[in-house]
Amino acid sequence: MKLLILLVVVVGVVALAQLARVYELSAKLRKRREEDISHADNRLNASLFIVFMLAFYAATIYLYAAYGDYLPTSASEHGVGVDALMSVNIWIITAVFFLVNTLLFVFTAKYYYKKDRKAKFFPHDNRLEMIWTVIPSIVLAGIIIFGLRTWNDMTGEASDDAILIELYSKQFDWTARYAGANEEFGVSNFNLITSNNPLGIVTNEGINESLAELDAKIEELETTVNYERGVLVNKKKDFEKQLKHLHEHHAGHGHADEHAEEGHDEHHGHEGLTEEQLKSEIAKIEEMLKSDKVSVLSDVALEAKQDKLYRLKRHKQRVLDIENFDFSDEQSLSAWEAGKDDKIVKGEFHLPIGKEVEFVFRSRDVIHSAYMPHFRTQMNCVPGVPTRFKMTPTITTDSMRTIMDDPEFNYVLLCNKVCGSAHFNMQMKVIVESQEDYDNWLNEQKTFFVEEVKEEEVPAAPAAEGEPTASIN
Amino acid sequence: MAANAHHEESFVSKYIFSHDHKMISKQFLITAIFMGIVAVMLSVFFRLQLGWPGQSFGILETFLGKWAPDGVLDRNAYLALVTIHGTIMVFFVLTGGLSGTFSNLLIPLQIGARDMASGFLNMLSYWMFLASSVIMISSLFVEGGAASGGWTVYPPLSALPQAMPGSGMGMTLWLVSMVLFVASSLLGGLNYIVTIINLRTKGMKMTRLPLTIWAFLVTAILGVLSFPVLVSAVVLLIMDRSMGTAFYLSDIHIAGEALDVTGGSPILYQHLFWFLGHPEVYIVLLPALGISSEIISTNSRKPIFGYRAMIGSILAIGFLSFIVWGHHMFVTGMNPFLGSVFVFTTLLIAIPSAVKAFNYITTLWKGNIRLTPAMLFSIGLVSTFVTGGLTGIVLADSALDVNVHDTYFVVAHFHIVMGLSAIFGMLAGVYHWFPKMFGKMLNTKLGFAHFWLTLICGYGTFFPMHFVGMAGAPRRYYEYSQFEFLDWVMDLQPIISTFAIIGALAQLVFLFNFFFSIFRGQVATANPWQANTLEWTTPVEHVHGNWPGALPEVHRWAYDYSNPNYEEDFVPQTVPLKAGEEDH
Repeated sequence: MKLLILLVVVVGVVALAQLARVYELSAKLRKRREEDISHADNRLNASLFIVFMLAFYAATIYLYAAYGDYLPTSASEHGVGVDALMSVNIWIITAVFFLVNTLLFVFTAKYYYKKDRKAKFFPHDNRLEMIWTVIPSIVLAGIIIFGLRTWNDMTGEASDDAILIELYSKQFDWTARYAGANEEFGVSNFNLITSNNPLGIVTNEGINESLAELDAKIEELETTVNYERGVLVNKKKDFEKQLKHLHEHHAGHGHADEHAEEGHDEHHGHEGLTEEQLKSEIAKIEEMLKSDKVSVLSDVALEAKQDKLYRLKRHKQRVLDIENFDFSDEQSLSAWEAGKDDKIVKGEFHLPIGKEVEFVFRSRDVIHSAYMPHFRTQMNCVPGVPTRFKMTPTITTDSMRTIMDDPEFNYVLLCNKVCGSAHFNMQMKVIVESQEDYDNWLNEQKTFFVEEVKEEEVPAAPAAEGEPTASIN
Repeated sequence: MAANAHHEESFVSKYIFSHDHKMISKQFLITAIFMGIVAVMLSVFFRLQLGWPGQSFGILETFLGKWAPDGVLDRNAYLALVTIHGTIMVFFVLTGGLSGTFSNLLIPLQIGARDMASGFLNMLSYWMFLASSVIMISSLFVEGGAASGGWTVYPPLSALPQAMPGSGMGMTLWLVSMVLFVASSLLGGLNYIVTIINLRTKGMKMTRLPLTIWAFLVTAILGVLSFPVLVSAVVLLIMDRSMGTAFYLSDIHIAGEALDVTGGSPILYQHLFWFLGHPEVYIVLLPALGISSEIISTNSRKPIFGYRAMIGSILAIGFLSFIVWGHHMFVTGMNPFLGSVFVFTTLLIAIPSAVKAFNYITTLWKGNIRLTPAMLFSIGLVSTFVTGGLTGIVLADSALDVNVHDTYFVVAHFHIVMGLSAIFGMLAGVYHWFPKMFGKMLNTKLGFAHFWLTLICGYGTFFPMHFVGMAGAPRRYYEYSQFEFLDWVMDLQPIISTFAIIGALAQLVFLFNFFFSIFRGQVATANPWQANTLEWTTPVEHVHGNWPGALPEVHRWAYDYSNPNYEEDFVPQTVPLKAGEEDH
């Protein structure tokens, strides 16, 4: 294969060289200069333009015919408006495309150089220029007005009874959150993210779990750092030096070792440790050195671990700061409580047909983009900046399967902002179904921290939790 | 600098540390050609993966080694290739290469100046360009690979080394390279502006300037006003990466760790980036439009139609390009009303663009068209400018952008309107001014072959992408087999890749012609195209100071082609007006 490619390149270069030589020689023979384009060449290129134009148009028409129905009918309400706007735009630009390219290629082909002709001296014409300033302006005004009307319809405020769904992105998957019975999302904080709490929802349990996880990590790292062989050996050396220093001190005073026992209080090492303490520390280190926890790390690795330890401690401090939440304010308190009945789903999420949905998009790491082409919906997920988009699904998954004649068809949510190596496969299934099916599905979904709720909260406040679907309808 | 200052110079001062604008323009061109070869090769590599996903290609392993184990492109390497292809093409080939080459060559020659206002700054501009090119290329070889977040390098992806391998050392080099590149472009830009304003020869009024110079002037002004904003974006990103600041970062939990950053906004970067990014599109396009105006007029043997309207549209496009950047950000969650404003300003650009397109076509009407290779490429440019520009109307409409944003539709749009148009302009310029640069002629027949292959493959590659995009296929995907709803449109991918590969190979025809003709080409005459502008009054052999004697004096505009008062079908700018004749 490699050889073949090399061969082709070599042959190509040789062929070109030969070609060039032939032209050079023939040009010399005919005393042809490169800048003098022969009548034959002009005519050839002129006709090639016409041939090219026709072939290009044929290919364009084929592409329109074969791929012009780019997506199935819009499955959302605003998408119908978008599609109508798109068709108008496509018609206009297609017409201009044919018109301008035709003029360009036909004029080029028609007016190619002839020796006995002189070009028309036509430097400007205000009327003509006015025409092609004003006509595009009018057409564009139409496009702008139509476009902005559609845009305003799409981006207006969502209605009060819209279902609130959060689409949460991370490398490389999606999580959806439903607000639950109270129709309000719990506050979330990225510091609280753990494997059981992927969105970092703020609840007492969430905080405790996060603290527990952090403590475990801190302890593990501290052990690693403390049991690092080099660190231990250095510490031991340091203690031994102090001990030696202590002994020299004694020797200087001329005391006998036996008598020194009671006088120790005044004979400390420079860290204020007594001989006994020093000895016990050394013994402790020797004990530690024998343990199987001892590891050997390079300076760089050790430093990295110490850095990480420092960062984890800062992280823990931030979590503790959340704990000092202001409970005096009623609104904050309800937000604090709101998280408990949120429902979190992965893999697929469901929507009821004909009901407005307001999506809130968030991201935990890099920018992602939530793209649902069948609903003509897209919005970036930006870390730190929640974004919104509302839509009303109008065709159920089942109906769309019939329309598409494809029993396997599913709506998808995909990532459309480059986000890393698995960007090309970051997706979630979207199911649109009847209100009834949707309610059933939602009821089956686990409530966030459902176990804890059952154990601790239910006896205390059964009424507050209520029936999750009751207020959604 | 007087003409008699011309003297023998050592190799080093003539070819390497040259202050002469003609030599510097050649240095820019050769560097850009080299960068272009690299960028095209990268695109062929990833087009192989996109056309035939997962298939093994020996050539990939040969060139990419461990980035293509067993000849299958690695996912991270794919993103790195896409990113560096884009960066090199936009900045190094179409900004540095196009402006650097032709502004340098043509500004002093067409306005009648001995050289640039500052030859030294000009040299410095080239050397910074070269240094930044070297750094950018070297970033392909570092651990973790080159920058991989797309050519726009949006943070947090680009800010966090733990987000992807390419956001490590490769990203640092990308940023350093970009700072140097901007410095180079600013030095160049300031020099172009000062030269055009101060060093015009006697009689060269602003309204007699060739349109090339008007385009270069506006381009330089755009660059000087917008590139510093890119530098600030880049410097803030460097600080976020290396110094623990959080300009662009907030609420991030990555690689199992909550980062100690709050309060920044990734959207800020996008505003800063696109404040350069959109004028950048016109920094790339305007010189190509200037070049094609000149070439179309000369080879149609007709004055450019609506000279003043052409200047007006260049100025209008330049001005508007500063107030449209938000159309790259319709789906970032920006206020919908702000979005509406950007829709309005963006669609306004279509008006001066339409004026330009129709003026080109009217210039061709009833002309006496010499279909030289330069002319072919210029006509190709008008076609791609119109075809690609029209889909911009869809993208400018925020309601429509929602569904095609970041899909192949966008890839198709900007590759046709910016990529192909600017490359066609650049190639047209090379074919047209090659005799002025190297004193030799390029082979015309090879030029024809090059043009037709490039036009067919250019459209063949990018036109079908519109349909792939409208079907909902996102850009920067390593492969599409994970999405069943895209299967039917993926038939187009192998066709696109085939065109891309043939198109890339077709450039070998040009490379051969270029380098062969420098040494063995037919010796040029002083004014091979029978053009009016001043550069064709200089001798074929380059001299320091451009004109051996006094500077030429200008008496008329550059577009007196087929003027009925004259026998010849061209009247150089140095010819005095006849008694009773009015300037245009």
